[in-house]
Amino acid sequence: MKKYDAIVIGAGHNGLTNAAYLAKAGLDVAVLERNSYIGGATVSRELYKDWTYTNCSYVCSLLRPEIARDLELPRHGLQVVPYGGGVTFKRDGDYYGNYYDHNRQYREMSRHSKRDANAYERYTADVMKQTRLIRPFLLKRPPDPTSLKLRDLRDLADFAGSFMEMGERGLADTLKFWTKSVGDYLCEYFETDVIKAHLGGSGIIGTALGVFSPGTAYVLLHHYMGDVDGNVGSWGVARGGMGAVSGALAKSFQAFGGEIICDADVDRIVVRGGKATGVALKNGDEYHADVVVSNLDPKRTFLDVMDVQDLPAEVVSKAENFKIRGSSGKLNIALDGLPTFHGLDKSSPLMLGDMHFSDSLERIERAYDDWKDGTWSKDPYVDMLIPTQTDPSMAPPGKHMMTVFVQYAPPKINGGEWTDADKDGFEKSVIDQIAAHSPDFKDLILHCETRTPREIEAEVGLTEGNIFQGELTFDQLLFNRPFPGYAQYRGPVQGMYMCGSGTHPGGGVMAAPGANAAREILHDLRKPSTVPGGYADD
Amino acid sequence: MTDNYDVALVGAGHNGLVCATYLARAGKKVLVLEANTEPGGCAATREFAPGYSVSACAQWLNQLHPTVARDLALENHGLQWAARELASISLDVDGQHLTQRGDYVEGGNITAADSAAFRKFHAKTTRYAKLLARAFEARAPKLVESNLTDRLTLIKLGLGLKMMGRDDMSDLMRIILINMYDVMEENFDNAQLKGLLSLDSLLGSHMGPRTPSTVFGYLYRRVGEVFGHAGHAQVKGGMGALGQAMAASARAAGVEIRLSSAVASIDVDAGRVTGVTLADGEKISAGIVVSNADPITTFERLVGLRNLETDTARRVSQIRCTGGTAKLHLALNGLPVFTGLQERQLGQRLVIAPDMNYIERAFNAVKYKEYSTAPALDISIPTVHDAGLAPAGAHVLSAIVQFAPYAPQGGWEAHRETFTQLVVECIARYAPGIEQQIVASELLTPADLERDYGMTGGHWHHGELGMDQVLMMRPFPGATQYNAAFDGLYLCGAGAHPGGGVMGLAGRNAAREIIKRGAAA
Amino acid sequence: MTTGSDDTMMLTTPFHSRIAAACELNSWGDWMGYTTPNAYTDVELEYFAVRNAAGVFDLTPMNKYRITGTDAEAYLNRLVTRDVSKIGIGRVGYTVWCDEAGQVMDDGTIFHLAENDYRICAYARATDWLHWSALGFDVTIEDETAEVAALAVQGPTSCAALTAMGLVGLDQLKPFGLTEFDFEGEPLVVSRTGFTGDLGYELWIAPHKAEALWDRLFESGEPYLIKPFGTHALEMARIEAGFLQAGVDFMPAEEVVRNGRSRSPFELGLGWLVDMDKSVFNGRRALQQELARGSRYRFAILDVDGNKPANHSFILKGNKQVGTVTSAAWCPTAKSNVAFAQIEMPYGAVGEELVAEIYYQRELHWTRVLAPCKVIDAPVFSHPRRRATPPGNF
Repeated sequence: MKKYDAIVIGAGHNGLTNAAYLAKAGLDVAVLERNSYIGGATVSRELYKDWTYTNCSYVCSLLRPEIARDLELPRHGLQVVPYGGGVTFKRDGDYYGNYYDHNRQYREMSRHSKRDANAYERYTADVMKQTRLIRPFLLKRPPDPTSLKLRDLRDLADFAGSFMEMGERGLADTLKFWTKSVGDYLCEYFETDVIKAHLGGSGIIGTALGVFSPGTAYVLLHHYMGDVDGNVGSWGVARGGMGAVSGALAKSFQAFGGEIICDADVDRIVVRGGKATGVALKNGDEYHADVVVSNLDPKRTFLDVMDVQDLPAEVVSKAENFKIRGSSGKLNIALDGLPTFHGLDKSSPLMLGDMHFSDSLERIERAYDDWKDGTWSKDPYVDMLIPTQTDPSMAPPGKHMMTVFVQYAPPKINGGEWTDADKDGFEKSVIDQIAAHSPDFKDLILHCETRTPREIEAEVGLTEGNIFQGELTFDQLLFNRPFPGYAQYRGPVQGMYMCGSGTHPGGGVMAAPGANAAREILHDLRKPSTVPGGYADD
Repeated sequence: MTDNYDVALVGAGHNGLVCATYLARAGKKVLVLEANTEPGGCAATREFAPGYSVSACAQWLNQLHPTVARDLALENHGLQWAARELASISLDVDGQHLTQRGDYVEGGNITAADSAAFRKFHAKTTRYAKLLARAFEARAPKLVESNLTDRLTLIKLGLGLKMMGRDDMSDLMRIILINMYDVMEENFDNAQLKGLLSLDSLLGSHMGPRTPSTVFGYLYRRVGEVFGHAGHAQVKGGMGALGQAMAASARAAGVEIRLSSAVASIDVDAGRVTGVTLADGEKISAGIVVSNADPITTFERLVGLRNLETDTARRVSQIRCTGGTAKLHLALNGLPVFTGLQERQLGQRLVIAPDMNYIERAFNAVKYKEYSTAPALDISIPTVHDAGLAPAGAHVLSAIVQFAPYAPQGGWEAHRETFTQLVVECIARYAPGIEQQIVASELLTPADLERDYGMTGGHWHHGELGMDQVLMMRPFPGATQYNAAFDGLYLCGAGAHPGGGVMGLAGRNAAREIIKRGAAA
Repeated sequence: MTTGSDDTMMLTTPFHSRIAAACELNSWGDWMGYTTPNAYTDVELEYFAVRNAAGVFDLTPMNKYRITGTDAEAYLNRLVTRDVSKIGIGRVGYTVWCDEAGQVMDDGTIFHLAENDYRICAYARATDWLHWSALGFDVTIEDETAEVAALAVQGPTSCAALTAMGLVGLDQLKPFGLTEFDFEGEPLVVSRTGFTGDLGYELWIAPHKAEALWDRLFESGEPYLIKPFGTHALEMARIEAGFLQAGVDFMPAEEVVRNGRSRSPFELGLGWLVDMDKSVFNGRRALQQELARGSRYRFAILDVDGNKPANHSFILKGNKQVGTVTSAAWCPTAKSNVAFAQIEMPYGAVGEELVAEIYYQRELHWTRVLAPCKVIDAPVFSHPRRRATPPGNF
């Protein structure tokens, strides 16, 4: 069996990014992928003839521009197109829309409340302050506050310094922001239900918390801190679906001489004499390497592909206690044409963006109550997009592809596994909700792929189908991600590393965890770093 | 104009009396003004039916700071204990009750593994609570505009954190912001134990076991043990006796207390306080005004939002201070019988919180301004230890009820009867036949607590104990070191750091701050 | 229920039909979401219409809020830095308002229309802040931006032109006074205010009378050489007159994202608007501290050598960079090259000599000039007729 310098388990976007940076440093690197296709949850697939489904992740904003540029992703085929728009439909037939243009946005908000329209300006400035605080740390490893090493102390001082710069008042705002629920936070600015609901959705997407759970204001930030071409907070679609991201990363990796091996289902990471020496596949094949990097989530990494014997007991219990909750599902739908939505012109730019039907925070919170009770939401919160209005390459002309992210869907139904009947019930609750606002929607459906946490876990390998490889709550952020003592990408075994979204700075197709992990690996190998630093915010 | 006092203190609640006593001892001439006819504030005894009395709000004493108790010499001023070191018993419908006393649990089909895990958990959380206790004993430090005192506190806390060792430190930083539900799931299997501990984490709060920051709430409660309270204690004569003892101590220190003297306004001019005006129009001038009222009452009603700058007024209006806790008082013609509970156990703290999901569902209701159809209860039968609270042979049952909304749809009068009935039925599931023993009953909703005890929103803690409103965020940025908005104006109540519960620390810390600032105040 | 994306399209003012007809250059800008003319015919000519005869500017997009109720005066007094009780009925006052850090949120004018009835005109939208500030006060706040059409008529012949239109007795109106006339059965409020530093008036009327007002004004004003002018000409005039522009010369504090980028009234040379004798107003505590500790910056009007406008220039003292320019223009009437600058303390005192580092480009060739400049104590344009009542015959 061939020996590599490094093996990366999982050809998701972070695995590929990590591998690309290692290969760029001259290492001989292989990426092993269980599926017959690459991408992990950053994938485009033809599940219905002539339709490209961007069937897991579906929009792009957080992908670090430093990485996209450094790995020459545009040259390798990636084009991210901003879409704008966005709308929440109300039960009374009206809607609240989101326009790119500042003054137009003001006028739309003013239809609902002049006060809210004006408060939105303050809100935007306040959220931007928090965004500016966190962005410089995305492409850095988190410092370990318990360490007395010079590098950690220096990083910690940097970190503390940027907090102090905000001043006493600014710091108080920050602490408030990081500890509040998105619902309470929004209520400090807005009076209109539909506006709060439209903005509040970002606080719970991918998270097993409700809009009134403290800590969700940060999740909102997580969705705001990306940018498209420097427009912070703006979102885009990857032309050809999110598979274009992993495709470009793969090409970049291969251009550095890397090797991708598909249909390679890893059974375990081989540890000898306290060192990782390679991996063994389920089919019996073995690959050797001095460095083994897991792009799998922490639970899968430590409880599945590693042997308990090889791990300190505390790591096993930390992995068991790691919170990686299934909270969402997905419907991917092929449409015979563009559906009509009540009250909205088909040519409206609002149609281009994310669409929702939850017109109050209370409805979203009640959807969460269902999840707590072990069932899918009867009145779910959906984040729906028809990317084929922006991307002509994903469906035949005049036809459309719709992606519907749905919250909440629990990993288990009342403690038991999802059944097909449950899945049908889940699907129906979503389709009915959309159809209640779109008279022709049901007739336009040509094909629908429904993914509950069960399907997401089975296919993509994300435990419980959690899209972020672990909850974005404070106990699992920064120096606590995935868990204290192991937040700097190094595993408990020499030569073993983690590079997935379960590490800092978390999920959302950022590629930052993969890049940060590569920097640490190269540091340990005493090789010059190939990973770019972050752009300074102005 | 009445003659000049150094300090006018609004509200003779326990923190107000503590603060007044320390100030008087430091040589200040202090006048305490109380709207009610008795001192004590929420430390009150209430005759809710002829011959039947009960602790009106707080029913257990388990957090009072030892230094405060010693300095005020409360036992010399009449404080007597009816019972101490009481255990908590989590009731089970079938009589498989679980008893917790310190780090020891028994019954409720607890496994040996869970008992051992609880001992470990208890020891660990005690270490965390000790650190928290240190933070509570000083004013909350500012971080950016910190002065020497603040930096010393920060260094002390930082060292305390480091001294705990790497594992404890990282674990504390991990769990401090999260919810009890997850931490309980990480540690235990026994549903009753998890229910009991998570109820401890949120009593008096508007939170469920799944609400992040309830771990902080749990540690907050555990601080009482660090202060030397092994288990819950019951004051003889009800909590009102504590208020009386504190008032006696204050008077002995030279404090003048005027009862039935409601303050109508705190008067300010050009950035500083000038005194207070009473409801009857009397003006009392004082260079320092200390408010034991909650921050919303203080700023909205007494100072007036128009006298604050807009940013401050906005912060006051945004304090999360909606209560979700009610109190039920039952006058009983005899001692009730609880399934599987021996008579000697009836004097312990009885809890109905069979599992965490039960509490969480109870909490769901109050999020939507509805009451819980299956509420969680913290029950005391004080007459077991203190017969004087009821006629001979008769008894009183007092229950803290989680959750009841402050303002239900249609107003409380539309729901009072139904909800009372519902809570009684809930108790009756564990104590069959209790309905027949009821002679009289009283339900104090959050709205009632607001009216009778001046707590805005009926919130026990004068403001939610969420992470966004504790430590250097309490009650709100700009008012975190007891002084707020005006020179000479101080807060000394539960709305200030460290918060609610009968601890006395807010009052003591405020007094120390006032004394330290001296003439500069 | 109202729906409709049409509500969100670009707005036009009630004068738009007339403005569009007059706007020969078809050069438009966006002011608060309204289509507004940058220039009608020629910026220079428009500017000279203002300085030499009379210019007409559509200021409808200016944010206008009506404050009424028994607490209106107390409310405004807490809101702004000036003592509002000194603005009598029929008077207008220029003021700023601050946040709690004593940083300027905006500047604007307060119109005392009647007892307990005020209008506040602001650069930035203020609904949210005005409502938060109303906690504890018995006031009603109404955004009447779209309900009041407004024109500024500025320049030496403005009084004569308006009198010719039938506003008899206007010459008796004192600076910062306001009065009301009947215009075709509709009340026409006229204030002697403006943003050009010259004799001038502002006219306030219901939108349905806007076109009629425009027509009458230009008909009566023709002999007085009245002309419309756009935002570019206004910019020249206001710099010459020493007026600050929010969003240009300072950032409204609430919009500031980077700590330290906002300014206090003292730092903007507007300390004269701050009345520390008032018991409470927003920013009072912080401003008191600033008075004790000193300010970080000083606002300076610079008289710059040469004729190259010092836009975006760094200001140097020796080799040290001590400030930056926020607005700059060649002033055709005063024949001087003026710049507004934010100078770090202790620099920038009146009379101090500094250097402006100017970059300018001619035919793609960039030139760097180190122009000596001097801090002056007053705006370069000021004419006695601005303050005279009656203003006299041009």
